[in-house]
Amino acid sequence: MKTRSNIERILESGGFVVTSECGPPRGADPEVIRKKGALLKGAVDAVNVTDNQTSVVRMSSLASCVILKEMGFDPILQMVCRDRNRIAIQSDILGGAALGINNMLCLSGDHQKFGDHPKAKNVFDMDSIQMISTVKTMRDDGKFVGGEEVKGKPMLFIGAAENPFADPFEVRAARLGKKAKAGVEFIQTQCIYNMERFERWMGMVRDRGLHERVAILAGVTPFKSVGMAKYMKNQVPGMDIPDEMIERMKGIPKEKQAEEGIKICVETIQKLKEIPGVRGIHIMAIEWEEKVPEIAKAAGLLPRP
Amino acid sequence: MIVGNRKSLEEILEMISPHKKVLLLGCNECVTVCAAGGEREVGVLASELKLWSAKEGKELEIREQTLERQCDHEYIEQIRPFVGDYEVILSMACGAGVQYVAEKYRTKPVLPAINTSFLGVTLEQGVWSERCQGCGTCILDKTGGICPIARCAKSLLNGPCGGSSKGKCEVDKDTDCGWQMIVDRLKELGQLDRYEEIIPIKDWTTSRDGGPRKRIREDLKL
Repeated sequence: MKTRSNIERILESGGFVVTSECGPPRGADPEVIRKKGALLKGAVDAVNVTDNQTSVVRMSSLASCVILKEMGFDPILQMVCRDRNRIAIQSDILGGAALGINNMLCLSGDHQKFGDHPKAKNVFDMDSIQMISTVKTMRDDGKFVGGEEVKGKPMLFIGAAENPFADPFEVRAARLGKKAKAGVEFIQTQCIYNMERFERWMGMVRDRGLHERVAILAGVTPFKSVGMAKYMKNQVPGMDIPDEMIERMKGIPKEKQAEEGIKICVETIQKLKEIPGVRGIHIMAIEWEEKVPEIAKAAGLLPRP
Repeated sequence: MIVGNRKSLEEILEMISPHKKVLLLGCNECVTVCAAGGEREVGVLASELKLWSAKEGKELEIREQTLERQCDHEYIEQIRPFVGDYEVILSMACGAGVQYVAEKYRTKPVLPAINTSFLGVTLEQGVWSERCQGCGTCILDKTGGICPIARCAKSLLNGPCGGSSKGKCEVDKDTDCGWQMIVDRLKELGQLDRYEEIIPIKDWTTSRDGGPRKRIREDLKL
């Protein structure tokens, strides 16, 4: 094992990983994180902490990670290229490692246009693939991007995201290949609703042998209502929700829709578990963390090792 | 070319309001081609200002003048004989022109009448589009002749991001995804294997980040 990451430990022992996420609050109250954390207790192996997701200002990912760490979680520090240059990114990598963070997720980040500060200047000094390579070089070679020696290597397990539903589809497995070449160790995918397309993507991933080099954790998000499903289909960039899924939600009375959303999510996880190369599940229950243990249990993912 | 966009009459009036004698200075280069600050636009703006002053009963004298270029010393010198007759210069050149005129006439306020937008091309009559951000280190040979710095909203060197959908950028449904275009062009060139190469982290010292830039050709200096 390279790091003290819980997910690295489980993957090395051949186990199936379960992760979830926790979105920090739009304020300085640490209790919000503690409450969300408490809801996930015992149901997951690690928790992603988002980094100003959808470009809305929130409590910093690193600070929120530390709060979850104190609760006994193994947090995954999400970091986007949008807000930091290489100096700040490397500094936060060192700071995260010093505070006992074991995992990092390297992301480009949503464009600031979608958030609450659309007039902001973005950075994008590096992209997500270059960020992977930056952490890897700091950890394994003990070198900064600028070539100087890192005194005290940051022992982080390196993750990234991939969206099999974005275009152009034909380069989506090739892009994962670039991430693998850069040194990524696990991938969490965009929420999967279109199983046919996901399976096609996994086929391309296996053809390249990437499933053996990178642990693929398949992403799922339960619908709370048909309204949420429609919103995600039409408004969220990079989402692929087949019409039949919307129809299925539509056919259910309003008060039963949340239950149906959970049911769809559990069925999806059961199908994903059977796909060769899928090494875990990433449950993104957006502002619905209390449902994660229920989903994990129903999908046969409990108890956690 | 440098593409610009004229400021609104309200913004221009706010800048020139304390002044009664204005030298309105057009430029015959890029801003003429993109119809933002050439001789024709100088005429249009002068008419708008005159109409406004007549309507408001304000005293306003405007001299219309369009130079061959506002980014070359010899042309800017052409206004020296009469520049003293005016309180202010309202330049319709790009930001480079406005600043160079200001450098030459240090006691004369020079006001910008256009917003300098980008380095781009004419797509069709009345439509211009950005192509280059002048980063100082061109990599178009690697990316099928399409620039990821200028044409990807996140300037990703190893795109596309997860927001590319049906050829469009997540930022705007009317904007083409730069990386979709790169992939398409690499395919047309039979170079899709180039996509597999990781483009390393960029050296931005040749871009704005390195500080104000200057280019010197010793062989051309007099």
